[in-house]
Amino acid sequence: MRHLLSTEDLSLHNAIRILDTAEEMAAVGEREVKKLPALRGRTVVNLFFEDSTRTRISFEAAAKRLSADVINFAAKGSSVSKGESLKDTAQTLAAMGADAVVIRHWASGAPHRLAATDWIDAAVINAGDGTHEHPTQALLDAFTMRRHWSKLAGTPSAGADLKGMRVAIAGDVLHSRVARSNVWLLRTLGAEVTLVAPPTLLPIGVEKWPCAVSFDLDETLAQGVDAMMMLRVQGERMNASFFPTTREYSRRWGFDDNRLRALDSLGLKDTIIMHPGPMNRGLEISAAAADSPRSTVLAQVRNGVSVRMAALYLLLSGENREPAVAPVSAPASASAAASAAHAAIPNLTYSHQESH
Amino acid sequence: MVLTRVVLNQADIDRALTRIAHEILEANKGSQDLVLLGIPRRGYPLAVRLAAKIAAADPTVDAAAIVGQLDVTMFRDDLSHQPTRPPYPTQLPRTGIDNKVVVLIDDVLYSGRTIRAALDALIDLGRPRIVRLAVLIDRGHRELPIRADHVGKNLPTSSSEKVRVRLEETDSAGGGATDGAPDGAPVNEVVIEATA
Repeated sequence: MRHLLSTEDLSLHNAIRILDTAEEMAAVGEREVKKLPALRGRTVVNLFFEDSTRTRISFEAAAKRLSADVINFAAKGSSVSKGESLKDTAQTLAAMGADAVVIRHWASGAPHRLAATDWIDAAVINAGDGTHEHPTQALLDAFTMRRHWSKLAGTPSAGADLKGMRVAIAGDVLHSRVARSNVWLLRTLGAEVTLVAPPTLLPIGVEKWPCAVSFDLDETLAQGVDAMMMLRVQGERMNASFFPTTREYSRRWGFDDNRLRALDSLGLKDTIIMHPGPMNRGLEISAAAADSPRSTVLAQVRNGVSVRMAALYLLLSGENREPAVAPVSAPASASAAASAAHAAIPNLTYSHQESH
Repeated sequence: MVLTRVVLNQADIDRALTRIAHEILEANKGSQDLVLLGIPRRGYPLAVRLAAKIAAADPTVDAAAIVGQLDVTMFRDDLSHQPTRPPYPTQLPRTGIDNKVVVLIDDVLYSGRTIRAALDALIDLGRPRIVRLAVLIDRGHRELPIRADHVGKNLPTSSSEKVRVRLEETDSAGGGATDGAPDGAPVNEVVIEATA
């Protein structure tokens, strides 16, 4: 792997490899010395063009636990607010010697652009781009689910996938990069995904996604669900009226106290409730549900650091960092840039060399 | 063409491990505070075998309670010169390693760099009273001031040769070998491979 841009083109082999490595990274978080020297001398830049607290802090903690140097770059209060382009920002960071760029951008495809051009020769990690993807969030969700699923099966989670797990993702699918990344990754890992949302909050073309679609949360729950993931209603992206009132949304699509009780009466005693945060308590998830023993919200945050450590470690260690992508002289079209990015990603084979 | 020569067979390995087990007990004046930490991959099964032999020699010892695995991947000094290595689990005995006599166990001692990494990894996990080193094969060519306390066999080699330790736990067809695919070659032996 050279970049981590999306889960859609992440192979099963690489997904399992990241999750297994994260399993070992999680053990570091429980030690007295929560630090590994693996990325000493490497520089990780957090390039955030959009507000984020937990993702940025999580990446920062992950990089620091691996002994990398971290530079935080927020677009607010930087030269970006003076009109600097992505290209100039990237080239500036390249000149400072960044080894990895963790980028969150409001424009879908910005990380692909960064990875496909010769602006910067660094590993690019997508930390959320527009309404496209948020691969590390999906990986940490899958990690959380896998631990739960393996615990139920009584097997070790290392090497396992999610075959047979029924996952429902409910809420604002239209604007959710988390939902997209999860759908692709969970399909790769073998889980059965159902999206639950009002028709106004489903994207065009959702019928072609590798998942089922439902408009009725209660009906989906009645059919049996092993993991219930609630998505945040993204107020900042609600520039049209997608539902009449928040009260109606909460009653029909939110995970409220009645639905929490319904899980017990339906005999779903092992169903977990997930939320990528930040939560709108009382809107898509009730306080009782968020604080119930079923809730994995805090475990997800904890696992996020482990998964991001794994991604940074796998991308930044090792000699298989190929030289920069062949210089693109003419501005490449979006599709050419995208295909170049795809070509650059898979470096799937690795050999464990003998050494003593 | 690759010439292979068997230098230790199953019985040789077994005898060497029996001797090392007794040496460990002798050097430690008993089994007090002993912890055996195997370095993945092949040091761990050797540590398990040694623990069983120590338990056989000293009935007060519970073999499973003194053996653990210490992954050194993240502490290597060649991380950026090698293909990415996935880390292995580190599992310490429940007693921990503080104030214990830790015996590091690996299959082949060569440059000494793995052991340097292991010492760093160990320090981050606790503070052992004493750290010793036991290896099945010492093939020379040290690059660091490190030596083993207990050696199964000293094996003078050329650096162009390869020393392969094949154990049934890691290298048999059902042993879940991930490197050097199981090729049906005999296990529980040590071979030298030389390219002619």
